[in-house]
Amino acid sequence: MKKVIVKPKVLHNIPWHYCPGCTHGIVHRLIAEVIDEMDLQKDAVGVASVGCSCFNYDYFDIDMSAAAHGRAPAVATGIKRVQPGRLVFTYQGDGDLCAIGTAEAIHAAVRGENITIIFYNNGIYGMTGGQMAPTSLPDMKTTTSPYGRNVQETGFPIKMTEMLALQEGCVYAERTKVSNPASINKTKKAIRKAFELQLSRAGFTIVEILGTCPTNWGLDPLQAIKWMEEKLEKQYPTGILKNSKGDSVICDKK
Amino acid sequence: MEQVLLKGSEAIAEGAVLAGCRFFFGYPITPQNEIPEYFARRLPQVNGTFLQAESEIAAINMVYGAGGTGARVMTSSSSPGMSLKQEGISYLSCAEVPCVIVSIMRGGPGLGAIQGAQPDYFQAVKGGGHGDYKNIVLAPSTVQEAADLTYQAFDLADKYRNPVIILGDGILAQMMEPIVLPNEKQDFPEKNWALNLDKNRPRNVISSSYPIVEELEKVIIRLNQKAEIMKGEVRWDTLQVEDADYIIVAYGTSARIAKAVVRQAREIGIKLGLLRPITLWPFPYDAIYSLVPQVKAFFALEMSTGQMIEDVKIAIGRERPVYHIGRYGGVIPRVNETLEKITAVAKG
Amino acid sequence: MTKVEINEELCKGCGLCINFCPSKVLNYADYTNNKGYHPAKLINPEKCTGCTSCYLVCPDCCFEIYR
Repeated sequence: MKKVIVKPKVLHNIPWHYCPGCTHGIVHRLIAEVIDEMDLQKDAVGVASVGCSCFNYDYFDIDMSAAAHGRAPAVATGIKRVQPGRLVFTYQGDGDLCAIGTAEAIHAAVRGENITIIFYNNGIYGMTGGQMAPTSLPDMKTTTSPYGRNVQETGFPIKMTEMLALQEGCVYAERTKVSNPASINKTKKAIRKAFELQLSRAGFTIVEILGTCPTNWGLDPLQAIKWMEEKLEKQYPTGILKNSKGDSVICDKK
Repeated sequence: MEQVLLKGSEAIAEGAVLAGCRFFFGYPITPQNEIPEYFARRLPQVNGTFLQAESEIAAINMVYGAGGTGARVMTSSSSPGMSLKQEGISYLSCAEVPCVIVSIMRGGPGLGAIQGAQPDYFQAVKGGGHGDYKNIVLAPSTVQEAADLTYQAFDLADKYRNPVIILGDGILAQMMEPIVLPNEKQDFPEKNWALNLDKNRPRNVISSSYPIVEELEKVIIRLNQKAEIMKGEVRWDTLQVEDADYIIVAYGTSARIAKAVVRQAREIGIKLGLLRPITLWPFPYDAIYSLVPQVKAFFALEMSTGQMIEDVKIAIGRERPVYHIGRYGGVIPRVNETLEKITAVAKG
Repeated sequence: MTKVEINEELCKGCGLCINFCPSKVLNYADYTNNKGYHPAKLINPEKCTGCTSCYLVCPDCCFEIYR
């Protein structure tokens, strides 16, 4: 018998620190599969951010640079400007990308910086213990919105990928989810598309991936998947927000 | 040797280009704008990249990315902008990413004023960012030195895998002097730790993240041992210290004023000498201490309310009095008012 | 003919594979691994069609599939 499905060689064979059922691991594997399939192990540089995914520099067996909180797109810019031929991607959560790192992300898109942001959105700060994120849903209970997110006081969920898609330098923006085999395959295709566009030097690309945070949502892994599809996806509909150079932006795809 | 007339800012930038710096990331702020402007003109001529970032924070993190590939890379800013860069400098220091950071001081705190001053000595020398780290800090006093020290800063950064700070001020950055430029550097060190394009090496990681405290402690001990070795780079200059009864300690623009003060003091019979630190970290403690037996009192002239004076006091302990002389916020200390204060002490 | 191997030590017992397996091949083991989780276990290996759903949804890369 022949091994047909094995762990991608771009992933180190060590256990991950993520909580049971957390879908970060699925996204890591998809990125690694794409790098394997495109034979980019020596040509890829990942930029780790700060948050739950901050130790992924140990998980990917590729060159990695570990950025300060929110600064991954600036770090990626520095790398890409020196080495325009390499695949440079950031891996950022919603706290990192949409709060402290908003400026770096927007201006990377404005410049059409030829990098890819992999944006893992679970609507909460995971690593620090379940605080409210800019992506937290209205009335969502978190450790810093214990009575539910009051939109009058704390604002509405940020539309980050929509903002990035609006910039002319952004050529591809898609929101996907990792909630079942079909959506996981779709997410992989989106990552591959973004990486291919980057290698063709098309401009800035982003793939937003809706994932879970069972621990801080207070749900078991299966309930979390259900909640993600019923609540998070309702706020953040999946679909292509921008595709190829200059195509129209299709925000709020139903 | 052919002389060229350059501003301090331009000398810094050209010194960097001649040292092989091909990447500059910065954000406009007065009084250092001539540095990014020079790079914006110059780097495209040598296949380099100038990028105006969206903030000083972004710029220093672009330096982190680019420096991590092994490229020679630089950023520059001024006081409020340097405050914003401190987070990145802490990360650069821990991740041991070589780079050159130019700090052109102006009047502070807060928005302050755009005129040259020296209130950011602590920020540069004592570590403005979080954590235990040390960076070499070079303080040019002339336009020639601005070019030379920036040129040498890139070699020091690579030698120690450490950020190097050029600490100047708005006066030095704006003044013009004829200088001789160094030769264009041809040989560069190999960087097997970097995210370079060598496909035959194992993968590399640029990181300041050490979640296991015992590992972080080991890193801190190693960085501290490196700092001990970097102390060997200490540099200073002296003027008429051999027979001096009094010593004025000053760096950068203040040292230029101090030279005139030494000359005029001697004309009225006060044997004053100058000790000018060129490296502010490492600070020339031993050189200053060696003057104690012959000297009655020390003066620290600086355009701040007294920051470098603390290192002078560390150098000599309580063996001699140390007097602060300075003007603040961008006001330049005058030679005559400085001399008056020294005369008051000397004449008792 | 397919064979599925599970790296039980990497498994955190999240149950996603058990839920998404269309042929109900998997269930929790009645023992725990070194981390204290009940890992996923093949209970009906003969029913496996090799669809790879378990591999796809596993957040910890526990599965290897042979044909």
